[in-house]
Amino acid sequence: MSLVVPARSSRRRSVIPGFGITLGLTITWLSLIVLIPLASLFIKSATLDFGQIVDVLLSPRTISAFRVSFGLSLAAASINVVFGVIVAWILVRYEFPFKRVADAIVDIPFALPTAVAGIALTALYAPNGWIGSFFAKFGIKIAYTPLGILVALVFIGLPFVVRTVQPVLEDMEKEMEEAATSLGATRWQVVTRVIFPTIFPALATGFALAFARAVGEYGSVIFIAGNIPLVSEIAPLLIIIKLSEYAYAQAMTIAAAMLVISFILLLIINILQRWSARYAR
Amino acid sequence: MPADLNAVMSRKAEIRRRLLLGEHILVRAILLFLGLGFLLAFILVPLAAVFMEAFGRGWTAYVAALSEPAAAASIRLTLLVAAISVPLNLVFGVIAAWAITKFEFRGKSFLITLIDLPFSVSPVIAGLVFVLMFGLQGWFGPWLSDNGIKIIFAVPGIVLATIFVTFPFVARELIPLMQEQGTEEEEAAIVLGANGWQTFFYVTLPNIKWGLLYGVLLCNARAMGEFGAVSVVSGHIRGQTNTMPLQTEILYNEYNIVAAFSVASLLALLALVTLVAKSVLEWRLKAAHSSHSGHAA
Repeated sequence: MSLVVPARSSRRRSVIPGFGITLGLTITWLSLIVLIPLASLFIKSATLDFGQIVDVLLSPRTISAFRVSFGLSLAAASINVVFGVIVAWILVRYEFPFKRVADAIVDIPFALPTAVAGIALTALYAPNGWIGSFFAKFGIKIAYTPLGILVALVFIGLPFVVRTVQPVLEDMEKEMEEAATSLGATRWQVVTRVIFPTIFPALATGFALAFARAVGEYGSVIFIAGNIPLVSEIAPLLIIIKLSEYAYAQAMTIAAAMLVISFILLLIINILQRWSARYAR
Repeated sequence: MPADLNAVMSRKAEIRRRLLLGEHILVRAILLFLGLGFLLAFILVPLAAVFMEAFGRGWTAYVAALSEPAAAASIRLTLLVAAISVPLNLVFGVIAAWAITKFEFRGKSFLITLIDLPFSVSPVIAGLVFVLMFGLQGWFGPWLSDNGIKIIFAVPGIVLATIFVTFPFVARELIPLMQEQGTEEEEAAIVLGANGWQTFFYVTLPNIKWGLLYGVLLCNARAMGEFGAVSVVSGHIRGQTNTMPLQTEILYNEYNIVAAFSVASLLALLALVTLVAKSVLEWRLKAAHSSHSGHAA
């Protein structure tokens, strides 16, 4: 998961050819596909009237969409942290049958197309589905409510926490636990005072990654959400609705606001990854 | 002396034993139950549901749903889009990883952050930016329509959006791997008289082939399964601009549940094949580099 490149000691001039051409091609291709298109969003947004931007962002529907997207993403990432640590822990520390299968299964939300996940979860959690009919007996509706969005976001976020925490747990030196145990610490003390502080940076990174993914998620959510304005409408869907109404300015404004928040998240993730890389070493 | 040693050894063994036991047996049971139960309920059951729903009316209904012209067209389009976008990202990923790992320059980590950027952008926004550039109201829109070129609501737009969302996959797989391998082997090859291409094909490529394949697999899975970005630029023209995920959505919204899950089951199968191949590759990667590396995903 981590892409932090450790700083190398300064070396002599490289004899390997191709620096200019490969760096040039990288920057050109990156600019054409990613940077210029993203910049176009901001440049176009800059032509909008300031009052108009404020009107769009402060309209009840936008505020509600942002609250649904960010609030439920926060809740989903928190649930992922709890279960992600448990899953990572049993995968690293315990032996059980089909352990390799369980390990591979964790990646399914990464690999399964979001639309497939969306319709599968909806079929399960709808009032007539396998799981939904069980909860319906207690009067709990999951699909077509914000609860359904939460289910979808938990599904897509799980691998992020497991895959950031797992390597740290694997690399953890057992000597520290041994030392603490031999000095008389109880198992609970070892877990809270030795293990938890070691995995905390990775855990924070996993949380941030799961959160960032959940905020932008579209495919798995729209089927199960019910998409009721002011109740279960997420911000990415609102962008699509505005686009289909040819309200380009409004779509751009909401998108630019989301993008700014994503950039801030990305910055936080980078800082966290650096921190956890340093911590792990 | 031997007695002391024995005492130390037995004390160490005692600590080992306690550590091996770790948590109380009850705690272990609860954690195993919670962890495996979560994986079962949240991941395995939805996956199983896809295939159960797809085969709900039997094999003939399944085959009929997939051979229906619009479904068949969506399969062809998905393969076409992947066939264009994956090789482009493969080439870019190798070039970017070469520039980043074989040379030292300022702003390297910033460049890596920029390459990673598409992961942090909502797929819907990825689609939107191409509409803003090439749509009728976009920068190049009027010029494109004057010249009869269609990008948005056509295949080129779908390809562009797919390249955008799968942009980082190959590079982010290769960069840590090539970083770890250093530059000594390439330097030796150059000093011995090999040119750049020879060095790449005979020295670098054999070292990175499994990691490269792994990145390509993940890139391909995402390219074929992308929904949000493609949905914005596609225009949903049946039989023409619907990829398999979009076809799934349309069938589902028409309450054609069996057909929707039939198309979805092919995508789920692709995901499963990708994961099996990934597990095999991870095993090979570990065998190839006995040195332990920490990046899993």
